[in-house]
Amino acid sequence: MLDFSPLLDLPLISGGVIAAAIFLYVLLDGFDLGVGILFPFAPSEDCRNKMMNSIAPFWDGNETWLVLGGGGLFATFPLAYAILLPAFYIPIILMLLGLIFRGVAFEFRFKSKGKMHTLWDYSFHFGSLAAAFFQGVLLGAFVEGVAVKGRAFGGGSFDWLNAFSLMTGIALIFGYALLGSTWTILKTDAKTQEWARKSALYSLLYVALFMGLVCLWVPFLNDKLFVRWFTFPNLAYLCPIPLLTVVTFISLYKSLAKKQEAQPFILAILLFSLGYLGLMVSLWPWIVPYQISLWQAAANPKSLSLILIGVFFLLPITLGYTAYSYYVFRGKSGHHYE
Amino acid sequence: MDLDPILLSRIQFAFTISFHIIFPALTIGLSSWLAVVEGLWLITGHKVYQEVYKLWVKIFAVTFAMGVVSGVVMSYQLGTNWSGFSDSIGSVLGPLFAFEVLTAFFLEASFLGIMLFGWDRVTRGMHFASTVIVALGTVTSAFWILSANSWMQTPAGYEISNTLLFQPTSWMEIIFNPSFPYRLLHMVIAAYLTTAFFVGGIGSWYLLKKRNLPHARIMVGMAMLMAVFVTPVQILVGDLHGVNTFTYQPAKVAAIEGLWETQKGAPAILLGWPDKTEEKTKSLLEIPKLTSLLLTHDPEGEVKGLKEWPKEERPPVAIVFWSFRVMVGIGLLMLATGLMAIYLHFRKKLFDKKWFQRWCLAMTPSGFIAVLAGWFVTEIGRQPYIVYGLMRTAQAASPVMGRHVLLSLVAFVVVYTFIFGAGLYYIAKLIKKGPQPFLKQDDIYGSHGLNPPVLRYSDA
Repeated sequence: MLDFSPLLDLPLISGGVIAAAIFLYVLLDGFDLGVGILFPFAPSEDCRNKMMNSIAPFWDGNETWLVLGGGGLFATFPLAYAILLPAFYIPIILMLLGLIFRGVAFEFRFKSKGKMHTLWDYSFHFGSLAAAFFQGVLLGAFVEGVAVKGRAFGGGSFDWLNAFSLMTGIALIFGYALLGSTWTILKTDAKTQEWARKSALYSLLYVALFMGLVCLWVPFLNDKLFVRWFTFPNLAYLCPIPLLTVVTFISLYKSLAKKQEAQPFILAILLFSLGYLGLMVSLWPWIVPYQISLWQAAANPKSLSLILIGVFFLLPITLGYTAYSYYVFRGKSGHHYE
Repeated sequence: MDLDPILLSRIQFAFTISFHIIFPALTIGLSSWLAVVEGLWLITGHKVYQEVYKLWVKIFAVTFAMGVVSGVVMSYQLGTNWSGFSDSIGSVLGPLFAFEVLTAFFLEASFLGIMLFGWDRVTRGMHFASTVIVALGTVTSAFWILSANSWMQTPAGYEISNTLLFQPTSWMEIIFNPSFPYRLLHMVIAAYLTTAFFVGGIGSWYLLKKRNLPHARIMVGMAMLMAVFVTPVQILVGDLHGVNTFTYQPAKVAAIEGLWETQKGAPAILLGWPDKTEEKTKSLLEIPKLTSLLLTHDPEGEVKGLKEWPKEERPPVAIVFWSFRVMVGIGLLMLATGLMAIYLHFRKKLFDKKWFQRWCLAMTPSGFIAVLAGWFVTEIGRQPYIVYGLMRTAQAASPVMGRHVLLSLVAFVVVYTFIFGAGLYYIAKLIKKGPQPFLKQDDIYGSHGLNPPVLRYSDA
């Protein structure tokens, strides 16, 4: 059987693949969840139709990255999957229910009129909102760490619920709203675009606020995080991350003020990338924070070898046709539907 | 109150996966059929094929969306409710799930977008290619997930390390485990038949109402081709699958047959009542020696009865026994439908007989019921094991509290009922509206409101 473990650090590479999959999920589903979050605030029905149309061909593919994140974690770090999912039982179920309500709204909304149409609008909005909030809560709870007993979760059912995780939940709502509004700037014009630009400015303000809050809070969650960020020489190596983040904030603000179309979305992505990088620096090398490392949770090297062969050949193809699909549906979105 | 999280997790998993399988059963079949219909349109140029395609692609989209959202739930429930299982078998089955996502899910999702909204954005050839790719994606997905399921029924190519973790020893043996080829064929054909009877039933309704007759004839005609040629194949594959189960999971077969005592020349009980406490089946109607003949190909062959296993090793008998009869019964009704179709075809009356249209209309949901019944047989018949013979279901559960599982179960039941009701309502509405004449190339649903890319420059 194939086994690359003498040649390669398989858990490390697998961890990179999972991190990349989750990051792509956050970006891609982030902008379409963001569209759902902003949905009821759009100035007119035409605007809402344009927004919905701009993501209708993509939402399903975007959500598939979440399946790769979950399925991939199961395949590459089964121990982490087995500990984390029961630990976060309630928020995961609530996130999934949110995703159900918003997913079906894409089909049902275009097929209904009157009150039912409004019902699916709200199903789309609150589904997106719940999914974003609970993903943020999951992130916060993950950063705080979970209790482990043997090879299983050893804490209580509500360990995930506290001020920090609630804060990250709200923060992610604004983060996704920023991605969604900058996407809407890119994909629409006229009134919708004007409104999206204003929404982006508001979202940006809140994102700055919450990012600052997270930066102040995280180092004091535990000693490990404090040492990671605030001791020498780490401080010197890591200071480009916050500095670049500040520069990106300013550029994004300027880009919105200059009424650019594509740049705000790209800068919002960059902002998320920097945040994600900061997160990875904080959590390294844990897959179950502060308890189990990548190497301890990794699946059998033969399993990892097989998966990495698949990833090596299939992921570039996947990215290729995903890009093709975005190319096919390039340009501005219209407001028609059946 | 003490709530058993294991029992509740089992109920929740059974409910959510039963709900989920309804949609793939239709999308696997519909996507392949849509590829054929679009191909016929491209070859013949008849608009009626395109109109049939445009009606059914909308129904496909609704079904697919419900399949996606209920499927995402499945990929997380394995961890939330069955973490013991995930930890133990992750190294063996994990890669199969990963390959399902990489080879099938992304493919389906990306090209579905083009299939639904790409009419005026890609060439006809590329659109057809997208439909074919989506169809291939659904079958590929079935390949991986049935391989994983079959491994849990007939595990192979593994070793168990001293920490009670399953480790892979041969990927070929894991993927192509003994029951996999039969289960894959049986399920994919089942999906095709489910679709055929669904489409045929709707077509018959149009015939009854004397609406959309050219479209209805295509639906009914193609459905009956499947009924005539594919139903017998399915019965044969089902029989081979049964023989395979007899070799690897004899206790399941004993439950299916309602057989308690090991005997030579075992009869086939067609109707009866398996009684767990008395440990015998009250038989109402049976054919002597048939079970032995079917399973061992010898009328005097020996078939093991349930009493061979201690009570705690036996699967629940009644539900397996009855589900099997429901599945086989529907299979026979499908076969009968095919025979009626042959008879009517040669009398040139296939599209004219009201009684046959009513019959086909009544058969519309038959495939779904058979698929569910079949899965009940194979999954409940596997109990009390999650990995047959090696790991008990009770060892697989997560350390979660019963009352939380109860809450999530109630939430799933409420939400799924609502979503399913809405989905059925919108599918019924689409069917009632029927195929629409295809007006112009930039048909509104085709673009789904997305302006062609050139508008960006001319409008601005």
